Amino acid sequence: MQTLNFLKPNRDNIKNYSIIGSFLVLVSLIDVISNAFLKVNLTSFLPGSLTSLFPLIIGLIGLNMMRIDYSGNKKLDLLNKNINTNNFNALLTLVILFSIIKALPQSLSWMIFDATISGDSKDACTGTGACWTYIKVWFRRFMYGMYPNEFHWRINTAFILVIALGFVGYFMKENLKKYLALYYVIIYPVIAYLVIYYLISGGSFGLQWVETGAWGGLSLTFIVSFFCLIFCFPLGMIFALGRRSSLPVIKYISICYIEFWRGVPLITVLFMSSVMFPMFLPEDFFMDKLVRVIIAITLFEAAYCAEVIRGGLQSLPRGQYDAAKSLGMGYWKMHIFVILPQALKLVIPGIANTFLALVKDTPLIFVVGLAELAGMLALAKTNPKWLGFAMEGYIFASIVFWIICYAMSKYSYNLEAKYKTER
Amino acid sequence: MNNIIKRYIPQILAILFVVLIFGFLTLNAQTNMDNRGIDFGFGFLSQESSFDVQFSLIEYSGSDSYARAFLVGLLNTLLVSVISIIFCTILGVIIGVARLSSNYLIKNSAAWYVEFFRNIPLLLQIFFWYYAALRALPMPEKADAWFGVTYMTVKGYYIPSMVWENLNIFLYCGLAAIIAIIVLRNYASKLRDTQGKQIPVLLYSVALLIVLPLLSFLFGGVTLEFEIPELKKLSKISYIYEGGISLPPELIALVLALSLYTSTFVAECVRAGIEGVSKGQKEAAASVGLTPNQVLKLVIMPQALRIIIPPTTNQYLNLTKNSSLAAAIAYPDLVLVFAGTALMQTGKAIEIVSITMLTYLTISLTIAAIMNWYNKKIEIKEK
Repeated sequence: MQTLNFLKPNRDNIKNYSIIGSFLVLVSLIDVISNAFLKVNLTSFLPGSLTSLFPLIIGLIGLNMMRIDYSGNKKLDLLNKNINTNNFNALLTLVILFSIIKALPQSLSWMIFDATISGDSKDACTGTGACWTYIKVWFRRFMYGMYPNEFHWRINTAFILVIALGFVGYFMKENLKKYLALYYVIIYPVIAYLVIYYLISGGSFGLQWVETGAWGGLSLTFIVSFFCLIFCFPLGMIFALGRRSSLPVIKYISICYIEFWRGVPLITVLFMSSVMFPMFLPEDFFMDKLVRVIIAITLFEAAYCAEVIRGGLQSLPRGQYDAAKSLGMGYWKMHIFVILPQALKLVIPGIANTFLALVKDTPLIFVVGLAELAGMLALAKTNPKWLGFAMEGYIFASIVFWIICYAMSKYSYNLEAKYKTER
Repeated sequence: MNNIIKRYIPQILAILFVVLIFGFLTLNAQTNMDNRGIDFGFGFLSQESSFDVQFSLIEYSGSDSYARAFLVGLLNTLLVSVISIIFCTILGVIIGVARLSSNYLIKNSAAWYVEFFRNIPLLLQIFFWYYAALRALPMPEKADAWFGVTYMTVKGYYIPSMVWENLNIFLYCGLAAIIAIIVLRNYASKLRDTQGKQIPVLLYSVALLIVLPLLSFLFGGVTLEFEIPELKKLSKISYIYEGGISLPPELIALVLALSLYTSTFVAECVRAGIEGVSKGQKEAAASVGLTPNQVLKLVIMPQALRIIIPPTTNQYLNLTKNSSLAAAIAYPDLVLVFAGTALMQTGKAIEIVSITMLTYLTISLTIAAIMNWYNKKIEIKEK
């Protein structure tokens, strides 16, 4: 390493060194960029494998020349501190930069510049890029499934109503706030169920009946995850309390329940709901497949919910229980007025995470023949008029789900931060 | 008296409730099965299965029993889980450490990797790899050789297989090397504790691991040959590789999706674990004169591992359960072979679904029990 010392700057010559260094880095970047974007190989005069290594070597020497403990130049120091602390880091920096530059033009031209979005049949897609026409044509199917086109407003209205009702809590008057929990745990699910049943299913008020087999697409994802969430929460609460109960029978029943559902994969639960569950129902009792699936996922998620809520219950200091008992409160009074309000506030981020997992799990209902987004994609993919666009379809679905899940995870981070500071 | 009522009434009610539900369900099932002329029983397991499985680790054909089909499915599930666990651990540790890097670019690329793969449903990722990415691979006759001897084609990944002679001698040598290393380690730690002497254990261990198996080649009569896949023409347009091992695209898609998805969670566990070791520990270790490597090896890692391992095992468990998604792309795992094909053929829904669920439950509970035992063992014993 001694021989490399002439490449090491000191405070006197840093100015020259940083200029030469940044020039070398610039050269390496220009080489890679011209290679990737313009397909021009500037270093073709070099022998074979050295051509591809050339920008790395030049860049590394450049970064090495710029590296100094403290130069006084703010920008240079920032650069050195963040991406150029030692040779290994500099190498990684360059590798990441180069691979981004190399991957960018290909994916950009496929996704945007060479892509087609005009037209409404497969013939419009003649270019080498992506065929977004496919997504455009199938968009309604991806969102609403086989639900009749002219009735899509019913789904939209139902969702808007349900969301609006969900926000009632924010605008409730102070003196009504004490009923908030009651509203969210009992009244809201009932109203939401009625809204979805009467608007989306129809069958009365002059609305045409649409059977659940026609439901599908992203809206089905929302319906399933919404119902599962509102039902699994109270159920989870019961089992969480049960698991912490001092009564052995109740405790062990709860433990068995939770451990059983947590130990099996969701897909087998769905199989159970679709092939095994009908056998356990009374003879001429018919239950819709969607309802069975929602029940199955609810029972499944309730176990996870119970564990999250138990975490909240456990994190409360013993003093809270003792204080409530010393005021002469019984089990139920203590839990409803003292323990649960505090514990539930603590577990909101955890519940948000459970819900996130739930949304990510809903595409699985595809395996029992319910066509939500992944199912619609599989259907569209095999349509003889639209063969060969699997890539576009899955990228579209991934983006949609990614946006939903990312927004939710960011929201749950925020909740976590919020409730952490309050404690 | 009051207390007794308070304690026993709810319990009796709970028992009654559970019994009633189960009784109701069993009764229904009985009438339903009587009506449809199905009888309950596990006798079908020894019947001939008469369906074929396209990929299995053990010898299997249609004339084998359903029980063997179950075993084939279980082994395939375990295979895909084990491979994915290995890859997701490697990736997860790298990404987790990268997230703590001081390098702005590395830190953020790792963070974006995690955010990206964590927030896309696993099923979609599996579909993406299987239906979109792997379908874009070349046909067998056009495939380029990777590393000279392996071929990545649309029909799967063809790798050379190993043809051993006297494999057992080689394995004995490997076993002997491992035992020798354990003995050496114990001896070294004893020596360190009693006399303060250090011996380079790692160097000796590596040497042992290389030399002993090498000896088996030289003197034990062990030979190893590679059978390299070769292109063969089936008909005018259809080619296939013969020889070697062929990994089906379903397996590759599953391993890719499972390990990329789970590695994000493992990465978060690793990051939380390393961050969870307080800074004072590091500073204290440095101030007693340990080198940065020693600090990492002797102070940070033992403490970080205590935080990392329990949630990571949980992720492994999740991965094993998630591997059941294989059924969606027709990889013959437990769910597809047993809860899919076998169920279709026998119509024994209750028996088959419960066997499948119980199998997963057994795997989960076994791992959970081992984990609990391990946690108890490594728990910091406060005085």
